[in-house]
Amino acid sequence: MANEKLVYMDHSATTATDPEVIQAMLPWFSEHYGNPSSLYRLARESRTAIEDARKKVAVAIGATPEEIFFTSGGTESDNWALIGTAFSHKKKGTHIITTAIEHHAILHTCEYLKKQGFSVTYLPPDESGKIQIEDIRAAITEKTILISVMFANNEIGTIQPIHEIGHICRERGIIFHTDAVQAIGNVPINVTNMDIDLLSLSGHKFYGPKGTGALYIRKGVRIDSYLHGGAQEKRKRAGTENVPGIVGLGVAIEKAVHDQEVKTKRIRDLRDRLLERIFTEIPNCRLNGHKTDRLPGNINICFEFIEGESLILLLDHAGIAASTGSACSSGSLEPSHVLMAIGVPIEIAHGSLRLTLGHENTEEHVEYVCKELKKAVEKLRAMSPLYADYMKKRQ
Amino acid sequence: MYSEKVMDHFMNPRNQGEISDADGVGEVGNPSCGDIMRIFIKVKDNIITDVKFQTFGCGAAIASSSMATELIKGKTLEEAWEMSNKAVVEALEGLPPVKVHCSVLAEDGIHQAINDYRIKQGLSPWEEKGGHTHSHDDETCE
Ligand SMILES: Cc1ncc(COP(=O)(O)O)c(C=O)c1O
Repeated sequence: MANEKLVYMDHSATTATDPEVIQAMLPWFSEHYGNPSSLYRLARESRTAIEDARKKVAVAIGATPEEIFFTSGGTESDNWALIGTAFSHKKKGTHIITTAIEHHAILHTCEYLKKQGFSVTYLPPDESGKIQIEDIRAAITEKTILISVMFANNEIGTIQPIHEIGHICRERGIIFHTDAVQAIGNVPINVTNMDIDLLSLSGHKFYGPKGTGALYIRKGVRIDSYLHGGAQEKRKRAGTENVPGIVGLGVAIEKAVHDQEVKTKRIRDLRDRLLERIFTEIPNCRLNGHKTDRLPGNINICFEFIEGESLILLLDHAGIAASTGSACSSGSLEPSHVLMAIGVPIEIAHGSLRLTLGHENTEEHVEYVCKELKKAVEKLRAMSPLYADYMKKRQ
Repeated sequence: MYSEKVMDHFMNPRNQGEISDADGVGEVGNPSCGDIMRIFIKVKDNIITDVKFQTFGCGAAIASSSMATELIKGKTLEEAWEMSNKAVVEALEGLPPVKVHCSVLAEDGIHQAINDYRIKQGLSPWEEKGGHTHSHDDETCE
């Protein structure tokens, strides 16, 4: 039965928690369950575990442990970074620059900030998904307090020139935030060399537990608290720490950046093979995103004449997990804002497929996905009036 | 999210294809909305003797086309005209609320095919109940 097989190619959505990560987390549930804020030994163990994890996160991104603040994930980190910076700097200015292709955790937070009286510039990317440095320079005004540009895009995988953007921000005295949720473990990151002031990361994207994350806040950067309450996280982020989650996050990020180059090369090679196979076997498709500056596991393709949700359903039937930017998949009316922003024609954007490869994928998976994808596309094209018209025109 | 019936009709669509010498053809939807349905009918003695569809769209759009064509096959034109999108939804054992417009599209497609047939026969087209059509080949997507 095809259904019993699972080929998971949706690693940008989430990843399976690494068994070693789970093992590391387990003792912190019912064995060492002390509240890190308490005073006895049981509690001190929890405190030490958190500080160990903090060091690991710091090392992974080139920060110091004092600059790492644990959160509940990418969404909270993004919200905190934007709202905390905006409110703490509003005397200086009320203008924020971001991009049209950010995750909704950024875009919807910006919409909220607009309601609070801030103004937001959304920079359009070029057709590969890259933000132009000149556009950033041109958008900066006297009132600009914050620039937020994602490190790598979750849909099309395009990697931004973060170092250059960081440099401009530092020069102009503007706070620079990057949503690096998709980049950790995939792209070398050093917050110090790259002039990054704030960075969001999320555990479940690199084989860590869901609901865990961190915000890097460069020493000296002023940012309001977002969650108010107890004195945890140096009074910046209240709430009893998710000790098992934080421990898991620490182990996961340490593993993610260990031998990163070797591991990502393997995934990139697999991805390139799959891409080549798809383009040889299936006509009328186009790659979205940048040819080279993209996440190693990312494929985003539009298949003409068919719609993405039906493609996902057929792949699911064959035991393949993938995703689409089609409107029908999300319950919204518009296809993906990212595909729209890079200028993919709307009727073609409905036929997009995202495959994101990860550590457990093999050459066998690549072969299987290519074979099933070809079958699925052919099946849907055979019932598509657009394809029928196209074939008639060609005759 | 889909019922077994929807998945069955999506995986094994009935009446998929084209009738090259169709007596009536209806086309509704819009590629920028992500769905287009084309319905072909053969009519003999006021009965729909054959019906086929081509659909570009999501799982619900394909299943709705398949089910709707099955419901009208062998029916009189009047009976086919009366088949509502609700009948399609019921026969499919439900559709998620955001997908109900797919069944409306199928109803509209059948109406268009029937009226195309009537016009070709020199008859006046039937009026949509309530005087409006649901078809979203206008600017906005439903
Ligand atoms: C780029 C990006 N930012 C933010 C998030 C949100 O992260 P989380 O799921 O941890 O809240 C995601 C994941 O969906 C993402 O891909």
